This record gives sequence, C-alpha cells and structure tokens, in this order.
Amino acid sequence: MSFFFEVLIGGLLAGVMYSLVALGFVLIYKASGVFNFAQGSMVLFAALTYVGMQEKFGFPFWLAFLVALAVMVLVGVLTERIVLRPLVNQPQISLFMATIGLAFFLEGLSQLIWGTDVHPLSLGITDEPIESLLTQFNIVVSKFDVAAAIVAGLLVAVLAVFFNRTRIGRALRAVADDHQAALAVGIPLKQIWAIVWSVAGFVALVAGLLWGARNGVQFALTFVALKALPVLILGGFESVAGAIVGGLIIGASEKLAEVYIGPHVGGGIEGWFAYVMALLFLLVRPEGLFGEKHIDRV
Amino acid sequence: MFYREAGQFKTSYGADQALFPIRQDRIGLAVILALAFVAVPLLASQYLFNAILIPLLIFSLAAIGLNILTGYAGQLSLGSAAFMAVGAVAAYNFDLRVPGLPILISFVLGGLTAAAVGVAFGLPSLRIKGFYLAVATLAAQFFIPWLLVKVSWFSNHSSSGVISARPIAILGYAFDTPAKRYLLVLTIVALLALAAKNMVRSRIGRAWMAVRDMDVAAEVVGIRMLHTKLTAFAVSSFYCGVAGALYAFAYLGSVQPEDFNLDLSFRILFMIIVGGVGSILGSFLGAAFITLLPIVLDRALTAVALQYNLGFDSGVASMLQLVVFGALIIFFLVVEPQGLARLWQIGKEKLRLWPFPY
Repeated sequence: MSFFFEVLIGGLLAGVMYSLVALGFVLIYKASGVFNFAQGSMVLFAALTYVGMQEKFGFPFWLAFLVALAVMVLVGVLTERIVLRPLVNQPQISLFMATIGLAFFLEGLSQLIWGTDVHPLSLGITDEPIESLLTQFNIVVSKFDVAAAIVAGLLVAVLAVFFNRTRIGRALRAVADDHQAALAVGIPLKQIWAIVWSVAGFVALVAGLLWGARNGVQFALTFVALKALPVLILGGFESVAGAIVGGLIIGASEKLAEVYIGPHVGGGIEGWFAYVMALLFLLVRPEGLFGEKHIDRV
Repeated sequence: MFYREAGQFKTSYGADQALFPIRQDRIGLAVILALAFVAVPLLASQYLFNAILIPLLIFSLAAIGLNILTGYAGQLSLGSAAFMAVGAVAAYNFDLRVPGLPILISFVLGGLTAAAVGVAFGLPSLRIKGFYLAVATLAAQFFIPWLLVKVSWFSNHSSSGVISARPIAILGYAFDTPAKRYLLVLTIVALLALAAKNMVRSRIGRAWMAVRDMDVAAEVVGIRMLHTKLTAFAVSSFYCGVAGALYAFAYLGSVQPEDFNLDLSFRILFMIIVGGVGSILGSFLGAAFITLLPIVLDRALTAVALQYNLGFDSGVASMLQLVVFGALIIFFLVVEPQGLARLWQIGKEKLRLWPFPY
C-alpha cells in the first residue's frame, strides 16, 4: 500500500510540474485567444539563457534570474510587435501556425547562442527523499519535487492576486472577455498583449529552471510542452485552476498507469497515455473541466 | 490580356460544370502535365528524382489529404503522419500476407485501412471542436506509432519495427529506376488530385465547407453532421494512407513507424498553411515550398559560409536552418496569411487586366 501512495504522491508532484508549463499556455490563450505552441521553446530559451549567464559570466542566482527575465520580457514584447500585431483578425489557425514558426525560431536561436550540450543546473535543492517520511511511512518523496510544488503553488497564488487585485490584471481579464469591449472602454490592447507575453515568459523561466534542475537544460525541455497539452485540454484552455487540477489528474494517473498497466502492454505508454486519458475526459466534457462553455449562435 | 475569359461562352450544361471552365487553365494544366510526364523523366537526374520530385509528390498527396480535413471541413488535425504510418504498414502487410495481390490494390487497401482508423479517431470531432480537437488528434499521433512498434506482427517481427517494402512490380513490369517510380507516383497523385478537385465541388465537398464555415448553421439546414465529419476524416485519412504507402514503397523502401512522427505532421500542416488552406493547388505549392526550402537553405548557407570563410560545423548550420525556417514561416503568414494559392489568384487577376489596369 505504501508503494501505491509513493507512486501517487510522485505522480501528483510531477503533475504540478506539468501544470507549471500549462499555466503559460493558459495565460496567453486567455488574454489573446492564441494557442501558443512556442511555450515549450520559451521554457528552453529561458532556461538556456539563465544557465548561459551563470556559466559564461559567473552571475549569482538573482542576477542571472533577472537577466533571463529581462530577456524573456524582450522576447514577449518583440513577439507581440513582430508576430501578433500584423496578424490581428486572422483566423486562429494562422496565429497557431505563427507560434509554431516562433517555436522553430526560438529553438534554433537558443541553441545557436548557447550550444546543444546538456547543461547541468543546480538550484541548491537536492533530489533526495525526505527522511521523516521515509522512516515513518516508508514512502520515498523527493525533496526537490516538494520544493517545486511549493514554488508552483506560490506562482499560482501570485498570478491569482495579479489577475484579481491589480489594475493590469483586471485589464487582462477584460481583454480576455471581449477584445472590442475592452478597446471601447480604453484599455490599450497592444500593451496588454505585450504584458501577457512577458508574464508567460516569466512562467516559462520558472518552469525552465525547475525542469532544467530536474533533467538538465537541453533540447528535450521542449517536449515538456507536449506533456502540458493534455493537461491543458483536460483542465480547459481558459482556466488557471484547470491547469492545476488537470496537471494533478494527469500526473497521478500517468504514473499509476505506468506502474500498474505499463508492464502488461510492454511499457512505453507515457508518450500517449495522458492524451488518451484527456480524450476520454473530453468526450464527457467537451470544453475541459473548467473551460468556458461555448454557446453557438447562428 | 494573357488571362481573359472574355469570349468563352458556355453553351451547354456540361461546359458550365467543367472542372476547369477557362481555356487558359486547361491549356496551362495540359502543359504542366505534359512537362511532368514527358519532359521531366527525360531530363531529370537521379538525385532530382530521389531527393526532390518523389517526396514532393508524395507530400503533395498527404497535404491534399490534410487540406480536405482542415481546409475544407475545418477540423484541425495534428495527426496526419500517424495516418500515413497506418497506410504504410497496412499496405506492407497486405503485400506481404496476401500472395499475388497486385501492389496497387495493396496501396488502396492500405488507404482504406487508414480511412477506417481515421474514422475511429474522428469520432471525438462530433463533440470536440477547435484546438481541443487538434490536441485530441495528437492522441492518434502518439498512440498509433507506439502500437505499430509494440505489436511486432505489424512489422513481420523485424527488430525495431522497420518494415522493408518489396520492390514495386505491376503485371510483371518492374518499377526499378527512380524515373519509373516517379512516373508511377505522378500517375497516382495526379488521379487522386483530380478526384479531390472533383470531390470538393460536389455535394459532399459543399457539405464540408458548410460545416467549416459554421457547423450549427449547417446542421440547421439539414446537413448530417455525423456523416459529413466522418467522411471528411475518412477521405482525408485515405489520402494520407496512400501517401504513406507510397512513402514506404516508392520513396524510402524501408521505414519504421517512428519516422511518422509529430515533426512530419507539422511539416504537412505547414504545407497547407503556406500553400493555402482550402485549395488543392495550394497543397502542391505548399509541398513544393516546404520540401525545397530546407534544400535551398542548406545550399545557400554552405555558399555563404564558403564566401566569407566561416567555418560552420553541421550543428550550427542545422540550427541556423531552424531559425531561418521559423522566421520564414512567420514572414509568410504575416505577408500573405492565405498562402501561395492566394498569391497565384492575385497574379491571375493582374494578368487579366494587364497592361490596362483600369
């Protein structure tokens, strides 16, 4: 039984890491209706920039973090200016394709600048089991995972406050609700989009640091985005809470399936299990768990 | 001036319903087909056939398939490569396990198998829309290649799931040179493209477009949603399946299911976006663009590196290629979101009035 709980807790904590990436998708989708496929590349770009600052210039944590953040804000602003603004009023699929182009661009650029090697990244938290849990309940829970979950929780709390309590946050929600109405009451749409892309860049940086510390900073970080997509459709594209709950469900069920179903079908199911699971959920709730229900009018 | 339909009167219903109602179009198409069937096989080199022409045609076919689903029926799909994999593996198995089955029948059966699988994965589209559906089709993209590798029966128990297609022979005539394989692929692609062109202006094609433009309205005027969406998935997957079979048999000879990965799906999606969503011509233009672009970029980068004595290693070159590719995609979308087919249309309008634009 303790093994079951160990797998479950491990899965839930891994799920938090997924929702961290899914959060970036949700932010941009909410505010601009763009399905930003480049989120995974932004994670890679942010993490590589951070590591590069540390390795090349020997910056301490906070300075490297700030520089990486500044770079991500720059990327966000430039994306708004160069990619999104000319594509206003185009069909969603065009915008989606543009973000795939952006993904290619960022992947190429980041590796062009920082090289294709795997960079180790240390945040000062070791990936070892928590001893009290190990001795009392015989459950292995990694300290690192717990720390990552706490960071993710903090991030969500900060974002929730930002969205609900600040002036900019309210403007963001207004834009998400109705572009034209927001414009009509004088909310600067272009600025809002630049801000939201910057915030998504910030989320990407946090996700990149945590995932990078886990697996090393390398090209494979972009695949994290593919893990976040089922989380996204399960939770609903428009919901921050959905990203978290979806992440927990996907993380837990994926790990449990890997352990209990995987051996019976020859393993390797983690590549698609989350997708099939999300698909089954969608058949019951077509807009995800917390997504906005669409009313079709003719 | 060069492109004027004035004076071309339609005097029968047949002429009114013709696939290419304008004479210049018919002449242009005949010239292109003549070039492709006669001139190219005489002039092109082995490299041109193997590296450019054959994949270009096969990808055009896959792009037509995706265009039917995404461009005409409006169902965004990221799983086209998976359906190609189904087509390739199914054609391989029919060819292997049914002795004496003509290879063309194997291709058709491969396409039909892909169509059946496509219908199965198309079922969620009845409830799910837009990007939710796109992500749901990723389930097919990840599940199908996994299944094809895991069940080793599909690859005749070869290690690592590689299938080695037998050489193509029809009625004892072996298609053993690249030029012959090119002609075979060209024939199949031309016929299927013609069929697609016909299909999209028929009853079913118009039903697809009605669903694309507004599905609720389409349902209200009596278009059967289930039937329409599933036929779109079936026809689209059939095209992708045949493309996959050709990819295995006529292009590479031996493939493994992992070759049909998400990258390939994206490339096919790029083709229809760059070429033009909802256009058969656009599928060809897009396939040509996306197939040629990496080759041209590669050449150009090497040339630049030689010119300025920059010692590129291959890693840097491939990264640079990625950057330029991404930037070009964005550039294209910004300049002409409706793709190359739209540019061609604008060009035709200009030619019509030239040299007196008023």
